[in-house]
Amino acid sequence: MLSFMTKRLLVAVPTLLVIALVSFLLMHLAPGSPFGGEKDLPPEVLANIEAKFHLDKPVMEQFVIYIGNLLQGDFGPSFVYHDFTVTELIVQAWPVSLELGLWAFLLAVLLGGLIGTLAALKQNSRLDYILMSLAMSGVVIPNFVLAPLLMLVFAVQLGWLPAGGWNDGQWQNMILPVVALALSFVASIARIMRGSMIEVLHSPYIRTAKAKGLPQSYIVLRHALRPALMPLVAYLGPAFVGIVTGSMVIDVFFTTGGLGQHFVNGALNRDYGMVMGITMLIATLTILFNAVVDILYALIDPRIRHS
Amino acid sequence: MKMMKHSDALEQFAEQLETGTEPEMEGRSLWQDARRRFFRNKAAVLSLITLTAMLLTILLGPWIAPFSYEDIDWDVLMDIETLGSPSLASGHWFGTDQLGRDIFARTLQGGQISLMVGILGALVAVLIGTIYGAVSGYLGGRTDSVMMRVIEILDSVPFMFMVIMLVTVFGRHIILIFIAIGAVSWLSLARIVRGLTMSLKHKEFIEAAKAGGVKTPAIIRRHIVPNVLGIVMVYSSLLVPALILFESFLSFLGLGVQEPQTSWGALIAEGASNMDVTYWQLVYPAAFLVITLFCFNFIGDGLRDALDPKDR
Repeated sequence: MLSFMTKRLLVAVPTLLVIALVSFLLMHLAPGSPFGGEKDLPPEVLANIEAKFHLDKPVMEQFVIYIGNLLQGDFGPSFVYHDFTVTELIVQAWPVSLELGLWAFLLAVLLGGLIGTLAALKQNSRLDYILMSLAMSGVVIPNFVLAPLLMLVFAVQLGWLPAGGWNDGQWQNMILPVVALALSFVASIARIMRGSMIEVLHSPYIRTAKAKGLPQSYIVLRHALRPALMPLVAYLGPAFVGIVTGSMVIDVFFTTGGLGQHFVNGALNRDYGMVMGITMLIATLTILFNAVVDILYALIDPRIRHS
Repeated sequence: MKMMKHSDALEQFAEQLETGTEPEMEGRSLWQDARRRFFRNKAAVLSLITLTAMLLTILLGPWIAPFSYEDIDWDVLMDIETLGSPSLASGHWFGTDQLGRDIFARTLQGGQISLMVGILGALVAVLIGTIYGAVSGYLGGRTDSVMMRVIEILDSVPFMFMVIMLVTVFGRHIILIFIAIGAVSWLSLARIVRGLTMSLKHKEFIEAAKAGGVKTPAIIRRHIVPNVLGIVMVYSSLLVPALILFESFLSFLGLGVQEPQTSWGALIAEGASNMDVTYWQLVYPAAFLVITLFCFNFIGDGLRDALDPKDR
């Protein structure tokens, strides 16, 4: 098991290096200098700035410096917000994204699991059809359509909830973004859960449990739930990434001040430092999460470990 | 008497054989079977009809529409809120946007871009993915493991972010979006094709081709690829909506196509920012996008059910 884990984590390192190199080279290919702003700087000042950001050194050396800084958690300067480093901005925005993401994740897993289980128990009934067509809509309708519609109904028409902003994470401000972020994941999880639950419910040991005369709720909770959750574990890695990237739309639309908003603003303002810093952060998290999911999977299912 | 009956039956049978009027005896090919199953799926057929209608509207609509997608209607500009609302009389069937441009024409133009990105992107992905997967699976050995390692590395890259980085650095170009989307979407297809190829390559007809002296590229092209096309078709029909969604997502964030061109995502973004006054700016493009996505998904599901050998 230990060798599987180390092997899995070791694969992650070259991947991250490749991503870092690609994004670094991209930045260097970028047309124009980040400091070639509105007015021309005197050459001495420009030289000073270039020395400060190590732009006067050869490309390979710059890359080594960049990697060294990254390892110390230093994502370099923001090219637009001159008073902040990218790290400072990330530290500011990260808690917002994390809180939003965690609530959405929780909502998605609980609600999705519940809906999927219900639909599986009442397979081919009217309830099943209704729930599954709702889930299909949830999968198909993108969150950038859903978010405006939710806002139109609950914030503009009914006026029950604020239309945006973060307000230090007041619960009223969180409801709409969390729901908009979670719904498509609720739908996907419900579909996966229904499928795996139906498969589990048809297996012989469940029939045995039924034959023993155990009550249905006991069968579902004690016998069926755990194996039915297996396929969900595989989904959690991509779902995490999805929640983070999905939050781009949500952050921008509800102006929560989360990572997604900084990322998109960075991209629109050509703030290379910001865009690259967040990309590296997300890449690291993605790769780490996928590795964790693989390891979890191997822990649960010995067949994977030994293949 | 008995003999008579026998010969009658025989004669009848011979006649049937000649005229070929016995449907039960006829063999059905995989594709005929699949087509029958597909057309029995009501949701899929309805989606196919809707999608065809949608395509025709998007392609032919601009000739019918009274306004062009980039022209400003100066008459409504002073009061978009009332004059720019959807009406048959003014010719703005879906209303106008804040600049007095016709939403109907813009929705159709956006649809052209969105569908083009979706379909062309899927074609690129199918081309790369099929060839890559077939070569990797057929050659096997070290080549295969190197090629698969490359896919593994690419797979763990958060592409959404890489694409946005590309757009940041090189500016917004529709070509760039194509390249980015093409680069992202062939990975899982290559995996699927590789798996299929590995199960195909020990079949007798491949052995026969080898024994007959057919060269490796020709075997892959003539014998492997045609046999995986069914699954590839199913997959690509689900890829198209995913790519449309991806492009719309980029455009929604303002990182996609540029003005005066538009796409559904860009229109939805514009509509969303004005929805409290001019709701029609949001509703019509969103409806077009969602209906298209629904249709593609149902057709993809229908194709999968129709071609899935497990169901037969």
